[in-house]
Amino acid sequence: MHDKATRPESVTRQPPAEIHDAEPADGKLELAEVQRRLSEVRGPEFWRSLDELAQTPEFEELLHREFPRQAAELPEGVSRRGFLHLMAASLALGGLTACTRQPLEKIVPFVEQPESLIPGRPMHFASAMPLDGYARPLLVESHMGRPTKVEGNPEHPASRGSTDLFAQASVLSLYDPERSQVLKNNNRISTWPTFAEEVRNTVQALTALGQARIRILTRTVTSPSLAALIDKILKTHPDARWHQYTPVGRDAERLGLEAAFGRSLSVRYDLTRADVILSLDSDFLTSGPGCLRYAHDFTSRRRAENGAMNRLYLVESSPTNTGTLADHRLPVRAGEIGNVAAALAAELGVPGATGRAATLEADRAAWIAAVATDLVANRGRCVIVPGEYACSEVHVLAHAMNDWLANFGSTVILAEPIEERPENESESMRQLVHDMAAGDVDLLLALGCNPVYETPADQDFKAAMSNVGYRVHLGLYDDETAEYCHWHIPEAHYLESWGDSRSFEGGVCFTQPLIEPLYDGKTVSEILSLLTDDTESSCLDLLTGYWSQSLDPERFESTWRKWLHDGFVADRDAAVVAATLLDGAVAQASQKIVDDTGEETGLELIFRPDPTIYDGSFNNNGWLQECPKPLTKLTWDNAALIGPALAQRQGLVTEQLIELSVGEHSLEVPVWVLPGHPDGCLTLHLGYGRSRVGKVGTGTGFNAYRLRDSHSPWLATAVRIQKTDRSYRLASTQLHSNIELETREAEKRHLVRVGTLELFEHEPDFAQHMGHTPSPELTLYPPVAYNGNAWGMSVDLNACTGCNACVIACQAENNIPIVGKEMVAMGREMHWIRIDRYFQGDLDAPQVHHQPVMCMHCEQAPCEVVCPVEATVHSDEGLNDMVYNRCVGTRYCSNNCPYKVRRFNFFKYNDTETPVLKMLRNPDVTVRSRGVMEKCTYCVQRINHSRIEAKKEGRPIRDGEIKTACQQVCPTEAIVFGNINDPQARVTQLKASPLSYSILAELGTTPRTSYLAKLRNPNQDLEKARDEGV
Amino acid sequence: MKASEGIETSGRKPSRPPVVAPGHSPGSVTDQITAVVLDRAPRWWWVAFGISFALVMLLLRALTKLLFEGTGIWGLNIPVGWGFAIINFVWWIGIGHAGTLISAILLLARQEWRTSINRFAEAMTLFAVACAGIFPLIHVGRPWLAYWLLPYPNTMDLWPQFRSPLVWDVFAVSTYATVSLLFWYVGLIPDMATLRDRAEGKFAKVAYGFLSMGWRGSATHWHNYETAYLLLAGLATPLVVSVHTVVSFDFAVGQLPGWHATIFPPYFVAGAIFAGFAMVITLAIPLRAAFGLKDFITTRHLQNMGKILLATGLIVAYGYLVEIFMAWYSGNWYEQFMILNRIQGPYQKQWMALLLCNVLAPQLLWFRRVRSSPVLLFMVAMFVNVGMWLERFVIVVTSLHRDFLPSSWGMYSGTFWDWATFIGTIGLFLALLFLFIRFLPMISIFEMKTIVPKQVPNTAEEAPE
Repeated sequence: MHDKATRPESVTRQPPAEIHDAEPADGKLELAEVQRRLSEVRGPEFWRSLDELAQTPEFEELLHREFPRQAAELPEGVSRRGFLHLMAASLALGGLTACTRQPLEKIVPFVEQPESLIPGRPMHFASAMPLDGYARPLLVESHMGRPTKVEGNPEHPASRGSTDLFAQASVLSLYDPERSQVLKNNNRISTWPTFAEEVRNTVQALTALGQARIRILTRTVTSPSLAALIDKILKTHPDARWHQYTPVGRDAERLGLEAAFGRSLSVRYDLTRADVILSLDSDFLTSGPGCLRYAHDFTSRRRAENGAMNRLYLVESSPTNTGTLADHRLPVRAGEIGNVAAALAAELGVPGATGRAATLEADRAAWIAAVATDLVANRGRCVIVPGEYACSEVHVLAHAMNDWLANFGSTVILAEPIEERPENESESMRQLVHDMAAGDVDLLLALGCNPVYETPADQDFKAAMSNVGYRVHLGLYDDETAEYCHWHIPEAHYLESWGDSRSFEGGVCFTQPLIEPLYDGKTVSEILSLLTDDTESSCLDLLTGYWSQSLDPERFESTWRKWLHDGFVADRDAAVVAATLLDGAVAQASQKIVDDTGEETGLELIFRPDPTIYDGSFNNNGWLQECPKPLTKLTWDNAALIGPALAQRQGLVTEQLIELSVGEHSLEVPVWVLPGHPDGCLTLHLGYGRSRVGKVGTGTGFNAYRLRDSHSPWLATAVRIQKTDRSYRLASTQLHSNIELETREAEKRHLVRVGTLELFEHEPDFAQHMGHTPSPELTLYPPVAYNGNAWGMSVDLNACTGCNACVIACQAENNIPIVGKEMVAMGREMHWIRIDRYFQGDLDAPQVHHQPVMCMHCEQAPCEVVCPVEATVHSDEGLNDMVYNRCVGTRYCSNNCPYKVRRFNFFKYNDTETPVLKMLRNPDVTVRSRGVMEKCTYCVQRINHSRIEAKKEGRPIRDGEIKTACQQVCPTEAIVFGNINDPQARVTQLKASPLSYSILAELGTTPRTSYLAKLRNPNQDLEKARDEGV
Repeated sequence: MKASEGIETSGRKPSRPPVVAPGHSPGSVTDQITAVVLDRAPRWWWVAFGISFALVMLLLRALTKLLFEGTGIWGLNIPVGWGFAIINFVWWIGIGHAGTLISAILLLARQEWRTSINRFAEAMTLFAVACAGIFPLIHVGRPWLAYWLLPYPNTMDLWPQFRSPLVWDVFAVSTYATVSLLFWYVGLIPDMATLRDRAEGKFAKVAYGFLSMGWRGSATHWHNYETAYLLLAGLATPLVVSVHTVVSFDFAVGQLPGWHATIFPPYFVAGAIFAGFAMVITLAIPLRAAFGLKDFITTRHLQNMGKILLATGLIVAYGYLVEIFMAWYSGNWYEQFMILNRIQGPYQKQWMALLLCNVLAPQLLWFRRVRSSPVLLFMVAMFVNVGMWLERFVIVVTSLHRDFLPSSWGMYSGTFWDWATFIGTIGLFLALLFLFIRFLPMISIFEMKTIVPKQVPNTAEEAPE
């Protein structure tokens, strides 16, 4: 053991969380008091109360007192020298308080404007957002140096111009006023040089003692430059260790690959070539690093006009978006996925498979037999996708089946691993906690992660940490981990930093900063560079330093420029590997499954990342908090999702609080009855119930990590439910009280029209016969001629995965405010586009339909006639325009809108006071104030932008030139916008499709937005007599 | 001549109570009615006025909060974009109808018995319209811009959008308010002069003198007065029908099931008269007791009003029936769903209560005993007051909350501030009414005098009840 006395002073410092602030002595307002008052409120209310507080005389006084309480006021009997010291310090501090952020460097205005910078015109830069280490290639829009909107990088095959909702919402995180803004040492503001010096000294002191037991904890790393840096550190400090831990980890996939092939690999799928797809609890369309590409490829094969339509079979536990697109969905308990996989492998005749299909229920066995037949019939043109949350044995079996069906090389591609150092992350975390608890760690660097919050309950990270002498945390927020660390360093957001990471295909993408770090944030690489012997380097130096090694110095400059311009290194996907299945792997896996099946598991609890706030890292992002979750339409909370059967058996109702117990851990959560959820299990999403987060995230949801076990991160068994008679109000954007009525009514009103492929082939215009469209001549008024452009939209229900990316894209593009849980519960959410979710059929295993609904831009718009002040009027291009200036807010238009797409500013929802949020706004879109109606404009600012461009060039607007925000972000190209007067335009052709229909057309509104009916491609063997179409 | 008909009628049917209780002379009429104004206010008046005034303060508090924070303090949402404000508006406007009906139509129809109730019915109309008028102004999101609904010359060179029923409302309600005010004021002039002549205090003399506009009671004055009054009555008559017709257009012009119905104009007008008479009864019964005016507001009045209440109540019930029938007959599923949802949906209780108040309760009025019992009549009228508010609630809220797309369905309930505003306007209404009965003659003195003298000879014939 070390001699404590010889350690640097700071090593033995008390953790900051244990330092308590004394209560304010007198009536004066103290900083701590300000914090306490502000911590009692949350969300938009917070900003209001901040304002109120700022206006009180006490606060004024606090501001004018030069030193708030943290700096002690002058003690009595100061020496002359001491007084001068203090004077000097206060002069310096005075300068700090007098102005906001002024850079130290001389600043010079543009004498000559840079060639590319035109005020009012946005610029676009390629970048990439790392999510759990995997790159999401982006193109970021910047207005005068402010990134305001991200789009996918259209050149990159992993994106094709689309993004997921997390990337869309990341701009809000960048400007989040509650991001950590200052470097803190023991809860006191400190500086980077102080930190750098202290870390260096600590490491030196430890090295001098001969044992620098440093532990670096990061998320999964795919960045070559970062891995090289870590390698260098590990070489210089032989006692240092590097641990990776990602709460939404991909351990099962890694372990499965390793068990099947004996080495680390990565697997990806080519869904364009797959005629039959079987998902084993995989939500490949909306989660995982490759989901955008998969969603695109999958839906490209769902369009009847594109030739053969694929067929998706799906076995799943917790309902997912992918499940809603399945032609055949088999809901089973999570513990039974392996059983089904084993039975299927046996049915297929995979050597070594010992499934017990015989023990399955008859209908399930029939299902498996039918799927097996279909798979065999499509050898080499099918694919089996194991879920990232299924156990590794399922992965082994899936690989074996893919191998048996000759899918490798065609629909399944094995390649070198994407991660720089693939490892069993749960095991790695257990090791780290073990070492820390044993006192074998001197310096812990928790970089870009929040282990105190996100470590499973069986690993008490917080307690183990107290045995670590020196703890450093780098994070976007001053979070749970920061509270227990000696140093907290604000992390640079990815839009503020340089970096590299790999996409799911293995190609390297570069992250470029769009803006100087707003709060002097640092990157992981910058912190780690302190541990090397080199002088301190910026993240740019570290990045170019790494990449310049691999290139010839003469060519470096031009290549580097090209890479940055493109945002990625082209044609550098992970090398394809021809691996062979290990002997005995299948037998071992199926034996394990058979052994496990014997055990009585009791009630199961399934964990999943939250569909909107993910693992909790987006907890303080209001856009994501308020984004309705795809299936439940819940906002601002998570809940224990249960199926109707379990609810009925246990007598549970939605919003009732229950106590869930797993082992010795328990958690009180509200129930949410979700049709289609398999019986015998519950689902709880991760990411909620944070104890130390900003005002947006505080008080939202329930912490599922408290029930999680690192050995089985996605499934807890033998769960006990204790009912309580209390309830908890949940805010959902779609009424939940009467799902059956809603389902029945949606069906009667033919809102989502569904047919089978067979029906479509016999009767292509089946969708036209499901509803009644009155003849346009049935009017007393003369028809309005649209001679120029006539804007219209077509939404393909066959392609919509309900991923919510369009909802957030619209919010980012159109400066749409969030309103908070209370307002959502009252029905006042502001989204201009919503995704309606309808169930159809048996509520235990329903079909689920997603229907994006935005303003229909009716030609006979009911809203326009009733507005008394002409605030909503028709443009000559057929747009239903909202004139915010003119709106007095009678809300008559909304009452008269059959689609209920209009949104009203009941309060002043937009925060126009917080300075940093002003930078977030799209300057081309009005920020609406209180009392004004608003709605989808078909992104009129984008239309006008293209019109100006076209006019300057003296040409008509080209088809596809204008993309609405929802269209641009959609990974499946479900939304198509264009000029319906142009017969060549894609939208015109889609509207001519026999599948095209309008909702509520019988009202005679002649909407400009139409839908393409949904098609299913069921297996006739499995298809029972089913009532088709909603 | 008018009076003689009254005598004949009462002669034929001796059981029918008289319009004015026996034993009154013109002098006693004047004494008794002016006494209410010129004597010291009784203690209960101060208490009642105090309570009403406190409610006015509540209204001001609610409106201040509304102006500072926004429409969000109410329970509105999407899909239910209209709530208490519109319900209250229609309710108050409906109540306002009785005044004009009594003043104008019954005058033209030469219904003698209207004389003793027309004055305060008109005042009630005016105050109800004042209460109603608050709501369109405050229910908009940006009340400071509500004047944009008026057609006025402006630099934007923009008129209101004349296809919107809300613009028609502006004209209908403002016309109605103006004509009602004129009618009421013109009717007051001779009585003002009486008060001027009888007032003791200097201030009262001057004030009533000013308000009486130099009335001296000359034959020319009377001639001009009668002409003007008749003309105004003629002008006001179409308003009885037009105002609530236009108000019903707010709903009927919309395409929402439950709103979009051709029955709405007549059904609303009948509902308005129904509501108006209920309110007249609600006010008349306590007032005649409090001020000892049973001689002027007799059982005959109560009976007649009860009959009108019953008749209009039946029309309203017919309206409900037709709505249901048309939903079925139209074959329109949205309409049918709307009706089913009213009957079985989450607002079933309100719908049932509405039927109880507006359809079942008035059936008691078939019985003469109920019609002539002030207590029972008052209770029925209270039912109708509540019922008519519920009717507007059912129309506005149940139609909106579940319309075309099930995904957008929602629920609505009033917040504290919704109720505060509503109750506040009741306070305003009562406060104005208490001021009115304290400072102005609540029964038309000179009109009463026109029927009194001819009643005197019949005193012996009219057997007391």
